[in-house]
Amino acid sequence: MLTDQQIRELEDTARHLRVEVLKMLHTSQSGHTGGSLSAIDVMTVLYYQRMRHDPSNPAWEDRDRFVLSKGHAAPALYACLAGCGYFPKEDLKTLRRLGSHLQGHPDMNKTPGVDVCTGSLGQGISQAVGLAMATRLAARPSRVYTLLGDGEVQEGQVWEATMSAAHYGLGNLCAIIDQNGLQIDGATEDVMNVGPLGPKFLAFNWHVLEVDGHDIQAISRALDEAEAETERPTAIIARTVKGKGVSFFEHKASYHGVPPNDDELERALAALAMR
Amino acid sequence: MSEKIATRDVYGQTLVELGRENSKVVVLDADLSGSTKTKLFSKEFPERFFNAGIAEANMTGMAAGLAAGGMIPFASTFAVFAAGRAFEQIRQSVAYPGMNVKIVATHGGITVGEDGGSHQSVEDLAIMRSLPKMTVLCPADGPETGAAIRAAAAYKGPVYVRLGRGKVPVVFDQGCDFTIGKGVTLRDGSDLTFITTGLMTAEALLAADILAEENISARVVHLGTIKPIDIDLVLKAARETGAIVTAEEHSVIGGLGGAVCETLAEGYPVPVERVGLRDEFGQSGTAEELLVHYGLTAAHLVEAAERTLARK
Ligand SMILES: Cc1ncc(C[n+]2csc(CCOP(=O)(O)OP(=O)(O)O)c2C)c(N)n1
Ligand SMILES: [Mg+2]
Repeated sequence: MLTDQQIRELEDTARHLRVEVLKMLHTSQSGHTGGSLSAIDVMTVLYYQRMRHDPSNPAWEDRDRFVLSKGHAAPALYACLAGCGYFPKEDLKTLRRLGSHLQGHPDMNKTPGVDVCTGSLGQGISQAVGLAMATRLAARPSRVYTLLGDGEVQEGQVWEATMSAAHYGLGNLCAIIDQNGLQIDGATEDVMNVGPLGPKFLAFNWHVLEVDGHDIQAISRALDEAEAETERPTAIIARTVKGKGVSFFEHKASYHGVPPNDDELERALAALAMR
Repeated sequence: MSEKIATRDVYGQTLVELGRENSKVVVLDADLSGSTKTKLFSKEFPERFFNAGIAEANMTGMAAGLAAGGMIPFASTFAVFAAGRAFEQIRQSVAYPGMNVKIVATHGGITVGEDGGSHQSVEDLAIMRSLPKMTVLCPADGPETGAAIRAAAAYKGPVYVRLGRGKVPVVFDQGCDFTIGKGVTLRDGSDLTFITTGLMTAEALLAADILAEENISARVVHLGTIKPIDIDLVLKAARETGAIVTAEEHSVIGGLGGAVCETLAEGYPVPVERVGLRDEFGQSGTAEELLVHYGLTAAHLVEAAERTLARK
């Protein structure tokens, strides 16, 4: 259980990270707004409370791993990594610029703290399964977390990875689905309805939890429960809002890949400052 | 050549026209219909449009099934996912049986820009070209795209068409012809030949202008069909000008440059320089910056021409 004080601090951090994401996207004028904002609360709990990692030593072997399978939410990841001290916050201004270490999609060879390259949806979770297997082989205490989109799970590969993780009994793996109900062409249930996710993971013999993906305490508790389950991988279905935190971006597929303009940034920052 | 049009816009409009003309034309996409412009077709013919969701391999298999059932499917997504993610489905379900499937990939090459190397296909022409029975098209501009899409629809068999993201200069006249397997000499010349495809053709025309000021006469041959390659036109250029510079927004391995070198090696070897990505992936940046960074501009073509002439 987090204390009220801890919750307040994490909420404050999440608000701060949302501001960083919006500023970054406003500067680059290119990138993914909606899916970065929906993922922030989960990633805040992971990076600021849950994961064992050392920003001064990104190569620490026993660190927990995070795989952003929905790689287009790179701005959320970069905000967390800079916030934790992997690299200077100044760098965030170079997002998507020629020569920047902050590529449009996460690049393990360029950005300190990024564990695998992602961006092609569906492939991150397989790499997370492999990382969890390596971790277990090497008898490391690390846990492996991966974050997927609810459109991303339409990729058949996601279910191949799901099958493998259960088959190999990867209790050290936790997959979180950012269930914001939207993808690019519209609502996930209209574009290609994959149906209820919880029962699917259950049928593959995963440990399944469903939470409000913007409730810090609930996210933290779910991650506790995931860690307590050592025999099976855990799927956390996080119900989220695309564009969360900025009312005029919320629930809109149209802000999937559209950065804020001057006016939108100003209004968004004002709204976030007031909360 | 001042007007600029995005080839994907023309694709979207042409699909709608084809849909009106032929009720067998059906369209598939993988959650990118706004970007690939198949959305235009989906609005007018919702019952003939199928969004596969983010599932490119299945989209390709469904397209093959639709073709087996007598339809003329056009399946679209970004080039990395079209040629890459669904490669084996294309091989087994489309190329091997010779299915009448048209794979129209947008966002080919580095001019995808800011999304970065993970989204920039520099290998699609090579892998599609290596497939038996596959026809590979890469139009230069808007007008040629319209004609190429119509030619693909009229042709019976698998076709891969590579289009781009950004607006590109118009080289061809509105209503131009497109014959699969035939290149076009856009400018005559006697000292060397630029053999180009896609957006590099416009750059080659600029380079030929610059070279003319140095009294170098450069021919410009555009190959809108990468496969089957126009062997006669390539060998004629080699015989008549004695030096070749190829240029493509793609790896120098296996695409246009590869195809031209294979043709020349067997038919009429002359000095060649291949302009393209030199066995490397792209990265984030604006399209314009990346074209400069990877050496895909008229100025780079001029230098390549001078180097090649020196080897004549
Ligand atoms: C294999 C693949 N196909 C298509 C894309 C293009 N794409 C980027 S984001 C996206 C939609 C993702 O929707 P979702 O997984 O729900 O993410 P979120 O809503 O969290 O942004 C698509 C289709 C991609 N990156 N990878
Ligand atoms: Mg979503």
